[in-house]
Amino acid sequence: MIRFLWTLAWHSAWNRRFTLALTMGSIALSTFMLLGAERIRTDIRDSFTSAVSGTDLIVGARTGSVQLLLYAVFHVGAATNNIRWSTVQALASQRGVRWIIPLSLGDSHRGFPVLGTTTDYFKHFRYGERQSLRIAQGLPLSDLFDAMLGAEVAARLGYQPGDRIVLSHGSGELDLSQHADKPFVVRGILAPTGTPVDRTVHISLQAMEALHVDWIAGMPLRGQHTDAKELRQMDLTPRAVTAVLVGLESRSGVFSAQRTINTFSAEPLMAILPGVALDELWDVIGMGEKALMLMSALVALVSLAGLVSVVMAGLNERRRELAVLRAVGASPWDVLILLMIEGAMVTIGGVLLGIVGLAIAATVLGPWLQSRFGLTLDLAHPTDLQWQLLVSLVMAGCLASLVPGWRAYRLSLSDGLSPRS
Amino acid sequence: MREAIFEIDELRFAWPGSSTLCLDIDALRVAKGETLFLFGPSGCGKSTLLALIAGVLLPQHGRVRLDGRDWADMPAARRDRYRVDRVGYIFQQFNLLPYLSVRHNVLAPCRFSTTRRQSAVQQYGSEAAAVAYWLDGMGLSSTLWDRPARDLSVGQQQRVAAARALIGKPALVIADEPTSALDEQRRDDFLDLLLSACRTADSALVFVSHDLRTAERFERAVAVPQINRASMDNEAWA
Repeated sequence: MIRFLWTLAWHSAWNRRFTLALTMGSIALSTFMLLGAERIRTDIRDSFTSAVSGTDLIVGARTGSVQLLLYAVFHVGAATNNIRWSTVQALASQRGVRWIIPLSLGDSHRGFPVLGTTTDYFKHFRYGERQSLRIAQGLPLSDLFDAMLGAEVAARLGYQPGDRIVLSHGSGELDLSQHADKPFVVRGILAPTGTPVDRTVHISLQAMEALHVDWIAGMPLRGQHTDAKELRQMDLTPRAVTAVLVGLESRSGVFSAQRTINTFSAEPLMAILPGVALDELWDVIGMGEKALMLMSALVALVSLAGLVSVVMAGLNERRRELAVLRAVGASPWDVLILLMIEGAMVTIGGVLLGIVGLAIAATVLGPWLQSRFGLTLDLAHPTDLQWQLLVSLVMAGCLASLVPGWRAYRLSLSDGLSPRS
Repeated sequence: MREAIFEIDELRFAWPGSSTLCLDIDALRVAKGETLFLFGPSGCGKSTLLALIAGVLLPQHGRVRLDGRDWADMPAARRDRYRVDRVGYIFQQFNLLPYLSVRHNVLAPCRFSTTRRQSAVQQYGSEAAAVAYWLDGMGLSSTLWDRPARDLSVGQQQRVAAARALIGKPALVIADEPTSALDEQRRDDFLDLLLSACRTADSALVFVSHDLRTAERFERAVAVPQINRASMDNEAWA
């Protein structure tokens, strides 16, 4: 008999396929939104946490750990204090330290941050699943005024190896004070990583020092000008750097190394664990993501309300159908079950449609998302939350169809075999 | 005297919320296999009486027994099963589920009632044979059987409804003005087929109409206002 109810539900629904298809479409849309939002959220989080890996400690002048992470890894904001070069050298020789990468920030090129660093950066820096940086075009840095561009910088500004670029002091889009006298040559372009590296112009620490030889407190010294040729003769050992990435011999030494650095006597330092700081930062910016989920949940609610109202509105026209069913022996309970089956069919159909839609959208938009936002959508591996969302959507759909089901039950009780129509 | 298929005793019924009685019937009895013609003007309580006979409504007072059992003694779910096992119903029109095929419309009672299905299979060997028998008996060409019910004319649909009411040989067929949407020629044809089919199935038939010309073809004719003491027009019919 249940099989017959399924057949009935199917034929009856097919009979009203156009209205039901609309409802199914809106459920598909909310499935699309819910799953898509959750996917993007997870993938943003992944690409966010993949910004740095393989680094055991990030060291900087004392500040907030999130702040240190922001400027050292994401090149956002500015350090309040620098680290003296002698300290950097002391760090490098600390017991258990395998490598260090000094980072010097503060300049920019047309809005993109400029990072002064050493060749160790290209050797030791890791992102994502411990991937190292790869030069896609050109050669490694060799000359003093060489620059290595991140993939996005090159793509946005249309640079090729060999092009000349001028860096600006400070980090603004407005190029008020330019280092126009010391142009750089683009030596190489890095392969895309989907991390802040893509948006960074890399130069050597010495070049960073050279740029600022005649500067004091953010202003060029009046009447004093050292030209590029003279600079090459000078001692360009940096006086200070902004932050240092530290790799240890073994991960197990991380807390004792952190303690040693935090209690460094020559100047106040702090060392943070990148993973912990990333989590802290995510807690802050995760609010937006929660809002996105809330919006999607509201959309789902509205589409389920749509399902209820469409089926309810159709009930009056179906009173005759329900009475006929009663006359051939269907009980009011059978009528209720029939309506539930219909709701479940529409919901499951909508959910499946939404999944297919999402798969198509991800396939079509995937390359664009990757190039524009550095976001890789990983549809093949649904998250736990995605499964939970799917199950709760279907359950909510079935529950929602209880409402018209109950009304149909009442109608078929009161109408009996002859609806007052 | 033949055994009764249904009996009404001292029935009094008022619609909920209404202070005046709708039906007040002392007694009405229909024997198994009997054909009864019920007539009266609209609003005299014919349809309500049918709903009470079919156990869809329960009277506030008195008894309505179908096949020996009082409807009031059964809970609602039991009444639903008891009804489909014993009663075939034909409406004035819109009898069928338009989206199902003719065949599946006829088979519907067998889906909800094991008794009807077993009886159909026992009689004709299989469900399909039973469907064929009754559709044939109602003069419907087999080319129509797998068409959706909505494709059929009104007259054809009424015959499908009759075949559906008769499949599995219910003890009682209730027909609520089934010919009012048909023209005269079709009405007579339909009546011929229905009466002979009920004879074949050994089903009692309660046929409601306001068209007195057909009354003579039934074993008995009863004017509802005449037996209904609650009727305003009582004297006019007396």
